[in-house]
Order: sequence, then structure tokens, then C-alpha cells
Amino acid sequence: MSKEYDILVIDDEQVVLDAVNKICTAEGFKVDITASAVEALKKIEANQYKLIVCDIMMPDIDGFQFLDKIRKRKISSQVIMTTGYTTVENAVNSLNNGAIDFIPKPFTVDEILNPINRGMKYLEIQSMISKTKPFNDDSDIIYVPCPAKYYRLGYGSWVSVDFDGSTLIGVTDLFLRTIDSINEVELNNVEDEIIQGTTCAHLITGNGISHNVLAPISGRVIDRNKDLLTGAVVLEKDPYFKGWLYRIIPSDPDYELKNLIPCSSDRL
Amino acid sequence: MIRKIGIKLIVIVGITAFVTIGVFSYFSITTQSDALLAEVERQANQLGETIKYSIRYDMLLNQRDRITKIIQDIGVQKSIRDIRILNKVGEIIYSSRPGDVGKMVDKKAESCYACHNANKPLSRLPIKERTRIYRTASDSSRILGIINPIYNEPSCWQSGCHAHSADQTVLGVLDVTLSLEDVDNQITRSEIDMLIFAISAIIVLSLIIGFFVRKWVSVPVNSILKATDEVSSGNLNYSIEDIRNDELGSLASSFNNMTKKLSEARLQLFRSDRMASLGRLAAGVAHEINNPLTGVLTYSSFLLKRTQNNPDLQEDLKVIVRETKRSREIVKSLLDFARQSVPKKNKANINEIIEQAISVVENQLTIKKIKLIKDLDSALPQITIDNNQMQQVFINLIVNAADAIPENGGTIRIISSSLNLSPIGIAHIKKALCIKRHDLIDNESKIDGLSMIKLKVKTNGEEGFVYLDPVYGKSRNRYGIEFNRKKDISIECPRCSNSLINEKQKCPVCGSAVYRFETPPNGFFEGCINRECGWQKWEDVDAAGQKEYIEVKVIDNGSGIPNDILPRIFEPFFSTKGQKGTGLGLAVIWGIIDNHDGTIKVESELNQGTTFTIRLPINSGR
Repeated sequence: MSKEYDILVIDDEQVVLDAVNKICTAEGFKVDITASAVEALKKIEANQYKLIVCDIMMPDIDGFQFLDKIRKRKISSQVIMTTGYTTVENAVNSLNNGAIDFIPKPFTVDEILNPINRGMKYLEIQSMISKTKPFNDDSDIIYVPCPAKYYRLGYGSWVSVDFDGSTLIGVTDLFLRTIDSINEVELNNVEDEIIQGTTCAHLITGNGISHNVLAPISGRVIDRNKDLLTGAVVLEKDPYFKGWLYRIIPSDPDYELKNLIPCSSDRL
Repeated sequence: MIRKIGIKLIVIVGITAFVTIGVFSYFSITTQSDALLAEVERQANQLGETIKYSIRYDMLLNQRDRITKIIQDIGVQKSIRDIRILNKVGEIIYSSRPGDVGKMVDKKAESCYACHNANKPLSRLPIKERTRIYRTASDSSRILGIINPIYNEPSCWQSGCHAHSADQTVLGVLDVTLSLEDVDNQITRSEIDMLIFAISAIIVLSLIIGFFVRKWVSVPVNSILKATDEVSSGNLNYSIEDIRNDELGSLASSFNNMTKKLSEARLQLFRSDRMASLGRLAAGVAHEINNPLTGVLTYSSFLLKRTQNNPDLQEDLKVIVRETKRSREIVKSLLDFARQSVPKKNKANINEIIEQAISVVENQLTIKKIKLIKDLDSALPQITIDNNQMQQVFINLIVNAADAIPENGGTIRIISSSLNLSPIGIAHIKKALCIKRHDLIDNESKIDGLSMIKLKVKTNGEEGFVYLDPVYGKSRNRYGIEFNRKKDISIECPRCSNSLINEKQKCPVCGSAVYRFETPPNGFFEGCINRECGWQKWEDVDAAGQKEYIEVKVIDNGSGIPNDILPRIFEPFFSTKGQKGTGLGLAVIWGIIDNHDGTIKVESELNQGTTFTIRLPINSGR
């Protein structure tokens, strides 16, 4: 009875279900769809899914409740959240509650496929870790976790508070491992405002795909890493130090840091 | 209602005047008539005595003819009614009227009453009781009678005629009656005079009171009443003109102040209310529209991917994808507007954004036979703006302009230019601190949406607040207290009461005292306390000199906007398009321009057209 699927799409809008189904199927994924989270929970009991793409605003059970139930049941599937009511709170809450990505509606084909592909890659990396862990082989590092004093938004971006109150933000090694080698980094300008949970940079990979980096914290950009404008080598080599993206003056660090995951928790 | 106060006052004053004049007249007339009567009495007495002495000698000689002649001669005088001499038994012996001689007088008659009261003749009659005043008929004039008894004396019984014996006390009486007609007439005349005086005094008083009540009470109260009517019917922009300097004047000015505050409060309430419902609406709209948009965007971008070998199709699909993405940004900006988020700014050329906006609405304009004239200054520098938001601004303005143009066509002109503007009338104080670094900005009082600066004023033992216009050089200040610049005035921080007066300087224009406070990061702001003078100085801003702006005008020759709704067009949900519009367009535009530190203003003339002018700072401080 139990079937194996790549993706389960949960959305109360039929047109979204159909669209995602069509796109992902065309991309070669095995897709299952459902219009209700209650139904989805039953499906998860019965079948195996690698990734779940879940809407936030739904009748009966909403996306956050669904995420909570998944975590409690210790289901290994990873969740990507999506919503038409795109707010910073929704984005940050999703990532803080265990979703691996957040896609605001409406999205293009690339905007839905890139996170899904990253999610698949993320799952691969996770399974590699669980395979290698028993041997505890330090020589074969799969990815470098972020330094202990850093905070991260989901698994994608990190923030480090400097002694003078400004913060550095950047991309995690894990995020870089889920995408191809980067050709180009598109950064915002100095003096721009960036907002937590919204796109603050684009990483364009060799195959022309643009990956959005979500800002881990809001604030005004006072400096950006000029080394990245000429090439992304330094980012891939040293993502936590020399490969920083921006230095910003945070607008509300006390509040916003509470919504982030301290990297020290990864090292237990 | 108002008339009543006037009438009440007039009635009260009338009664007071009437009573005062009445009492005064009463005593005056009484005194006057008493004096007159006394005078008449004295005359009558004197006359009696005179007659008595004139005839005494003839009496002694018993020359009756002469006596009769004398009495008749005297009796001719007009004021004398009768002169009679009666003997002891009451027979008239002599009279000024010859026919009466020989008649008997009833002792009970009026003239005899004083002596013969108790049927027993008095031997002596005191002078006071000799007079009497009576009327012969109820409608005749009063008569004053005086009885002058003729006493017996030795010469009477020693005289040759021996008419009287020695044992008699009273021989007879001389009765003189005088008509009081003249006196009565005089009294009546003064009574009438008094009445006329009283009535005219009351009328004149009433007129004077009426006039001043009208001038000082009715007119100002009516104007306040009219204002309350206007305000209660919803016109909060109404203010009372022509304010006097009395209590009603202060009432009127505090009424104006109240209305102003009320109107600001209402506007704020209105805005926050609108904002709250806008927020809910935006959330709903975002969710509802984003789902179908997801369908369009996914399918169109999917098709775009799959038809890479079909350039014709690609071109059209790209338009669909591009425009759907734009819709996505519009929905997002609706959310952003409701949530007042910061724009995503980049360096951009405003002309390019205008061109993009025009390309979106070009077809619409052609269909409506609207000629579009572009007059764009190609030398404009790039400025830091949010492309999508700014494009939305221009699309909105052009669509609005097109909607205002009648069916037979018209023109829309878009002009972009750069200009230098002096900071006066534009720069405004965003932060103001006293010496103890207390914030002087008062967010509760606003002018044109900008918070005013609140200062405490102490003068002549009174305390009040002055609200300064934050716009440099405009001086549309609000005064919560009246003060005279000549008198001693202290201007203080409302929180710590430290003086804000700059002792070292006097106003260079009028010599009054000067207040001064810090306006970080732009140095200090100074101004003259004299209401009429309005001198202000903001050195750092002046030093920064003229600021460069990009100005974009969107001009149409359409139907124009009526003056009464012109101030409301930037309010959320204010729409003249009925079902066709949401009323959000200009509110969103206002929010976007404000977020760019710019200004937008509108000028319009009915049936002539409308001009929207946007100014964006070139060197944005942020």
C-alpha cells in the first residue's frame, strides 16, 4: 500500500495544486496533491514523501499547525511553506518552526523549482550525514556548520552581531551545498533597507538559476562585500568570515534575534 | 433663543427704570403739590386776614355798603371763588356773589365742619384746622376753603352801633374759598411731564441696551451658534471670523481651537480607521488575488520555458509573465502601504520609469483619443527610488488624468525637470530638543500631517502653550495663550521648564526676544517670539543652501477637481469614480511619495484641468 512520492503539495486552491503538480511532474518528480491538511496528515501516515509544499492559510488546520504536528510525529519529510499573504512574520515563523524554505505566492516556475531542488539536495546531505555519522570521520566533512555565536534563519542565511552593534550577514555553507557553483552574486546597494525574511541577494549559479537569499535580520546596509561582485570564490571557500554579504545597522535586533535559531544549538 | 436674552435684559432694565423714575416722580410730585398747596394756603390765609383788616374799620362804623363793595371788588379776582361773611347763626351777611346774601348755611356743610363737628361751636380755631380742600362735584376742580373766625373784641361792643354784646366770643366767620384749578393743572402737567420723561427714558434705555446687546451679545453668539451648527452638521473646517477681545471673543477663539483639534483628531481617527480596514482589506485581497495570480504566473512561466523555440510566442508570454509579476508587486505594495513598510530603493532614472509607465497605459490613451506630450529633461541625474512603486505612481496619475478627460479627447502633458529650491518653506523640523534634551515635538498636534513643536509660554502669571509650525519660514503657529511681546515673557520646555529664550540675541527685524532650540542633526533653530514678525533662522539648513529636486508634473486638460473635494483626494477610499475605483490610488501614491521624502501637490481648476506636481529630493539623506 505504501507508496513513495517525492513531493506532497497541500493547498486549498485547485489551480495552485494543478500548476505545481504539472511543473514538478514535468521536472521528473513524483507528485501527490491534496486540498486539505487533515487529508495530508492521513496521506503522510500511509505514504512516504520527501518534501511537502504547504500553504499557510487553509481551512481546518493551517500551515503552522500542520508544521507542528509533523514535528511532533517525528516525520522525516521536510516542509517548504508558501502563502499568498506574504508577510515577514509568516516567512520568519515558517523558518523558525522548522520549514526549510518559504516561497511567497505568486511564484514563477523557477521560483518554485529552485527551492524544491534545494530541498532535495538538503535531504541528500542530511541522509549522507546520518550515514557517515556512526563512523565519525572528520576527514570527510560534508558541510561546515555556522560558528557558535552566529544566528541563522532557517538553514539559509546567518547573522553575526559585532561588538559595535552592527551586524554581518551571509549565507550558510549548507545553503551553498544545496546549489551549484555560483557564477555571480547580485547584491543590494549600500544605504538600502533590507527586511528580515525577504530576499536580500541573488546567487546566480552556472546553469543560470537565480537563488534568493532571505535576509536574517532587518536594517540599513552600510557596507557590502566588494569581493563578491567580481567572483563568488571567496563566498564558497569561507562563507562565515571572508564570504560575508553585508554589514548592516539592524533596526530592531533584540526582537528579531529571538526569531532566529542560535547556531550553538547545532553543536549539541 | 438669542432674542430672549436681549428682551429679558430690556424688560429688566425697563422695570428698574420704571420703578426708579416712578418712585422719584411720586415723591417729586407730592413734594411739589404740597409746596404749591402750602403756598395757596398761605395766600388764602393772607387774603382772609387782608379782607378782615380792610373791612374792620367799616365794620366798626357799621358801613355795610362799603363792606359789600370791598368784598365784591376783591371777589372779582379770578382765583377767588367766594368771599363770604357769615354771622353766628350761619346766615350769609356779605358775599362776593350778591345772590347768596341772606341764605343760611347748613352747619353740617363742608365749610362749617371744622368748628361744628360736635354740634358745639368751638370758641377758638387753630390756624392749621381752618383750611379744607373739597370738591363741589366729583368732576369739578378742587376748592380750597379757609375759615377765618371774626372774634369779639372790645371795640365791637363799644362801637356806636351796639350790634354785638360783650359776652360773645365769635361774632361770625369770614369764609374765603379759592379755586385750586391752576394748582391742579400744574400738578397734572408735571405728572404728564414725568410720565413722558419716564416713557422716553425707558424707550431710550431699551434701545441703547438693545443695540449693545445686539452688538456685544447677539451677533457674536449668533456667529458661535452658526459655527456650532456648521460643526455639528460635519463641517469641521468652519471657523469663526471677526473675533472680539471680550469673553465671547475668547469663547469664539477657543471654539475655533476646539474645532481645529477636533478636525485633526477626526482626520487621524479617520485615517487610522481607514488604515485598519485597509490593512484587513489588503490581507484579504493579497490572499485572494495571489492564488489566481499563482495560476497565471506558474502556467505562463511554464509555457515560457517550454516554448523556447518559438520566438513569437515567447514575446507574448514574456509580456504576460512581466505584467503578472507587476501585479504581484502591486498587491505587495498594497500590503506594504497598509503596513507602512520602507520602499526598496535603487538608483534609477526617473525618465525611464515614466517611459515604462507610459508604455503600460499607451493603448488606453490611444483608444480614448488622448494626446500625450512628453517634455522630459534628459539631463536628470539618477535618484534613489523604488522603481515599481514609482512606476505605479505615474501609471496611476496618467490613468487618473485619462479618466478626467472627456470622450472627445484631450491632452496629457508629462514634464520632468530639476530645480533648486531654497529650504525656506520646504525644510521642516523633524527633531527638536531643549537643553535637557527633552523632545519638543508634539505628535498630537499636526499641521499638514507634520508634528508641531510645543513650547510653554509664561507671561503675567499666566501659562499656556504655543505650537510652532515645523516648516521652516511658514510660521503657521498656533497660540494657546495671548501675550504681548513687550511684556515679560518666558518661553520654556514643557517638561523641564528650562528657558528657551536666547539671552544673547534680539530679533534683527523687530528687536523682540528670540527663542532657540536644538534640531539635531541640523544645529539650532531660532525664531522671533513676536507673533507679527515671524523671523526665523535655521543656520545649518541655510548653510546647506538650496536643495536640488526632481520635479515631475502630470498635467491634463480634463474636467478638473472641485475645490471642496480637493483637500480630500489623498484620503484612503476617497473616490469620485464610484464603482470604477477603490479610492486607494492617490492614497497609495501619497504614501509612496512620502516614503521617498518627496512631496506631491495638486492644483485644479474646474473644466480647465488638473496638475499633479511631484518633487523628489536628488540627494536623499537616507
